[in-house]
Amino acid sequence: MTIASPAAVAAKPTRSWSETIAFAVMVGFFLIAPLFIYPLFLMKALCFALFACAFNLLIGYVGLLSFGHALYFGWASYVCAYTAKAWGLTPELAILLGAATAAVLGLVAGSIAIRRQGIYFAMITLALAQMMFFFAVQAPFTGGEDGIQAVPRGYLFGVIDLVNPMNMYFTVLAIFLGCFLLIYRIIHSPFGEVLKAIRENETRAISLGYKTDRYKLVAFVLSATFAGVAGATKAIVFQLASLTDVDWPMSGEVVLMTLVGGLGTVFGPVIGAFIVISMQNYLAQIGQWVLVVQGTVFVICVMLFRRGIIGEIAHALRIKL
Amino acid sequence: MKHLFTLALAMVAAVACGTAQAQISDGVVKIGVMNDMSGTYADLSGQGSVVAAQMAVEDFGAAAKGLKVEIVGADHQNKPDIGSNVVRQWIDRDQVDMIVDVPTSSVALAVNQIVKEKNKVFLVSGAAASDLTGKACSPNTIHWTYDTWALANGTGNAIVKTGGKTWFFLTADYAFGHALERDTAAVVEKNGGKVLGKVRHPFPATDFSSFLLQAQASKAQIIGLANAGADTTNAIKQAAEFGIVRGGQSLAALLIFLTDIKALGLPTAQGLVFTEAWYWDQNDANRAFAKKFAERNRGVYPSMIHAGVYSAVTHYLKAVSELKTDSDGKAVVEKMKSMPTDDSLFGKGTIRVDGRKIHPMYLFEVKKPAESKGPWDLYKLRATIPAEEAFRPIKEGGCPLVKS
Amino acid sequence: MRSKRPGEGLTIESTDDPHPLARNRVRATSPFQGEVTSPIGKTRMFEIFGIPSQALFGQLLIGLINGSFYALLSLGLAVIFGMLNIINFTHGAQYMMGAFVAYFLLQWAGINYWAALVIAPILVGFTGIIVERLFLQWLYKLDHLYGLLLTFGLALVIEGVFRNYFGSSGLPYRIPDALQGGQNLGFMFLPNYRAWVVVFSLAVCLATWFVIERTRLGAYLRAATENPTLVRAFGINVPRMITLTYGFGVALAALAGVMAAPIYNVSPQMGSHLIIVVFAVVVIGGMGSIMGAIVTGFGLGLIEGLTKVFFPEASNTVIFIIMAIVLIIRPAGLFGRRV
Repeated sequence: MTIASPAAVAAKPTRSWSETIAFAVMVGFFLIAPLFIYPLFLMKALCFALFACAFNLLIGYVGLLSFGHALYFGWASYVCAYTAKAWGLTPELAILLGAATAAVLGLVAGSIAIRRQGIYFAMITLALAQMMFFFAVQAPFTGGEDGIQAVPRGYLFGVIDLVNPMNMYFTVLAIFLGCFLLIYRIIHSPFGEVLKAIRENETRAISLGYKTDRYKLVAFVLSATFAGVAGATKAIVFQLASLTDVDWPMSGEVVLMTLVGGLGTVFGPVIGAFIVISMQNYLAQIGQWVLVVQGTVFVICVMLFRRGIIGEIAHALRIKL
Repeated sequence: MKHLFTLALAMVAAVACGTAQAQISDGVVKIGVMNDMSGTYADLSGQGSVVAAQMAVEDFGAAAKGLKVEIVGADHQNKPDIGSNVVRQWIDRDQVDMIVDVPTSSVALAVNQIVKEKNKVFLVSGAAASDLTGKACSPNTIHWTYDTWALANGTGNAIVKTGGKTWFFLTADYAFGHALERDTAAVVEKNGGKVLGKVRHPFPATDFSSFLLQAQASKAQIIGLANAGADTTNAIKQAAEFGIVRGGQSLAALLIFLTDIKALGLPTAQGLVFTEAWYWDQNDANRAFAKKFAERNRGVYPSMIHAGVYSAVTHYLKAVSELKTDSDGKAVVEKMKSMPTDDSLFGKGTIRVDGRKIHPMYLFEVKKPAESKGPWDLYKLRATIPAEEAFRPIKEGGCPLVKS
Repeated sequence: MRSKRPGEGLTIESTDDPHPLARNRVRATSPFQGEVTSPIGKTRMFEIFGIPSQALFGQLLIGLINGSFYALLSLGLAVIFGMLNIINFTHGAQYMMGAFVAYFLLQWAGINYWAALVIAPILVGFTGIIVERLFLQWLYKLDHLYGLLLTFGLALVIEGVFRNYFGSSGLPYRIPDALQGGQNLGFMFLPNYRAWVVVFSLAVCLATWFVIERTRLGAYLRAATENPTLVRAFGINVPRMITLTYGFGVALAALAGVMAAPIYNVSPQMGSHLIIVVFAVVVIGGMGSIMGAIVTGFGLGLIEGLTKVFFPEASNTVIFIIMAIVLIIRPAGLFGRRV
């Protein structure tokens, strides 16, 4: 199954001005946002935005729907939480270790999964993720249902105190922007162009002499690694790692975020993540209707805004976003 | 729409509008009720806990005492990150002074940590983890209604002493299930009983017939169900079907709530023995409360968690109105511990240094259909476990607060 | 249920109890019996991996019974996928609706289990037809992903609405009187209701398979999915046929729900716990393969049953392990056509 990117507007090789402006607006927003939006909420949304961007790298640019991305997100968060708490690692080391774990898991899962297409690809990623979920339940270090609690935020590079919300916020923002730019760079590199070629027509790409499996695997590992960075950062922010982050609904949530924002758009996943996380957080106050509202948003998106919010905007204005 | 309306009420209910006092932070005592409003535990905590908290504020007569109290509610969706986000936001931005309820151990443990860091007050009614007054105990937390140790102790003791000597456990394979199984097994063995075996089932599970057959084959007299919610009700429903009970084995549900019994129906649940902290039909005060409560909670009667929320909020308000301040969480909890508790639902009681609220626990048995006189007439009392025996001895918890 | 509790005038009809006196003596002092008389025969047979073979037979039979639920549910999913190319994530919610409708019928209209077995699937199937007309018909030409997301959203809405109105702890539903009790098979006690579940679901599965693979109607259906334009040219109303197919698939889910009501907790979340496993069953069987769904459903029930004996903690995970292995070896599932 190739997810034809609905938002792919005539691809121009040069960087488009619309993306530059959008990026500037985004950075500007995030710089002043903590003045009027609760920082912890922003940090959470940023973590999920990064997670969705990582996921989008795979579905939006290679056309592979993974239904097991919680595996990388959740396990990175466990490893990060554990090493920060039990070994007393500094946050940046713990996050790196978490990301490395995700990369290794991505390499293993990816090399099994990329041989399959479409729904079978989705299902095999789900299967592998559920197996690792089982280990998360059983392994003693994860704390089972209680999770790993009271993870110290620690001192970044041994000096910057992350207990201070502003320090934490700008650390998360830096991580997010760094990864975002890196993903952007990957998408627009020659490597990224090959990925898009595979998405559009894999057979053709093969006949042009590309070893598509290798490209797909690298993309898979990259996507898993970025998802890992997101999960590990979240563990430091919230000072906990729990089963929710490795379970399959989390894999579904990231699909939702990307879809709401716009598959295959650069900024879509960020907007999508913010919308979904806001719903969870602010709807929490209306209690029992959370599920119904979430489901309705799903349905409306599929029926009316299939390109996602950013995708629809880009389409209407005929620009790249 | 009715729910939306009550919800709206719950959220903005500025229950009283007395003169603001300088010592009360931002002039309002703000109470945050957080629990599962859309998931498995929605019936036994959920919106009902918000109602219970409101009733406590009204009955306390906060307005007359010059206290302005406000209640907010939130759904943590059983996810610790959502829970901690909401709680931090409540404390940092919305000036919430006290968090109450919070079922689901992972969320409760996370909230426990935050509340300690921010020096507010956390009153646990919904969560079962006895760690909250053990390893994870905090000077800002009081564990109100029940815990795994009390359940294990109540049910385990009562059954072994009346002859149920051999046990087989059906345990949900997560921290809560393990704790319940461990604590009950200890009680059983201490009283001269024997554990013949156990099987750990994944959580959640739908079909228990395979596990029940294993339990049956063990020939244990008692099958202890160390699980909760739908797992327990499914296991009981299927045990009846497989003739486990007719074969002479008995089920002991280690954690079960009024709403679960209601879901099973008396024909299936009859005879089940279990421990709870509170039941609506025990005395006139409880009955009056239940009636008022049900009117505001779509006809559903209060569970012990709801009653616990009521009792905890009442005692909290007492402490705040005596101290005339709510800003220092530790001081408020200190005050709460120093005053004996006394409210219409739980009667007189105390709070220990480790944060354990002490009151009697009760061993109930589910009525036979013929004995029941109404849709919510479900339990009969088998035994009262006196307050001093009901909870884990303070020395055994390993709470760091105890030695100091 | 006539379950008598100890200490309440316990009378056990089991005839193989050798020590009635001994038991009476114990009961005089204790509400719990001194000895447990299992309704299962007392002869111990040989053991397999430390498990008595009789227990193993019992477990296998139980596995088969659970398998029949998997088979019924995955059959519906397979029919819908095969004919509509939609991955129906709402299936779990529709299964739940079946159980709830059975409860409403009994509670509000006094309609018993047997009638519910017919009426509930029709009612729920009808809601399925509405869903198809309102939403799904616009998605056939799009990628699978959209159908999956739409149905997932619908499942959330349905589950949420039911929870808000009927609570989360569930509702009671009794086993019909005619199927109370059970048979002593020597190696296990088989409740009559479970026997009925196996037999009935097997019959429904085979009938469905027969209709789709061996009758003219089925041939139209299969042809319509291959080439709708051509089939239309023969004067057959393809859209209506597709709509009815979805309704039928949903009705199968509801039927499974009615059958589940007496033994599983009737609660809003009963479907969402099951749906992922049922998906795995369909994928292992091969998407869209009718026979594949049936055989795999029963087969996985058996394997899961065995896991519950040897490694119970893993019994929710074993299906995923099998799915991974099958997909590595046979990319299109056990019975699927190549991708």
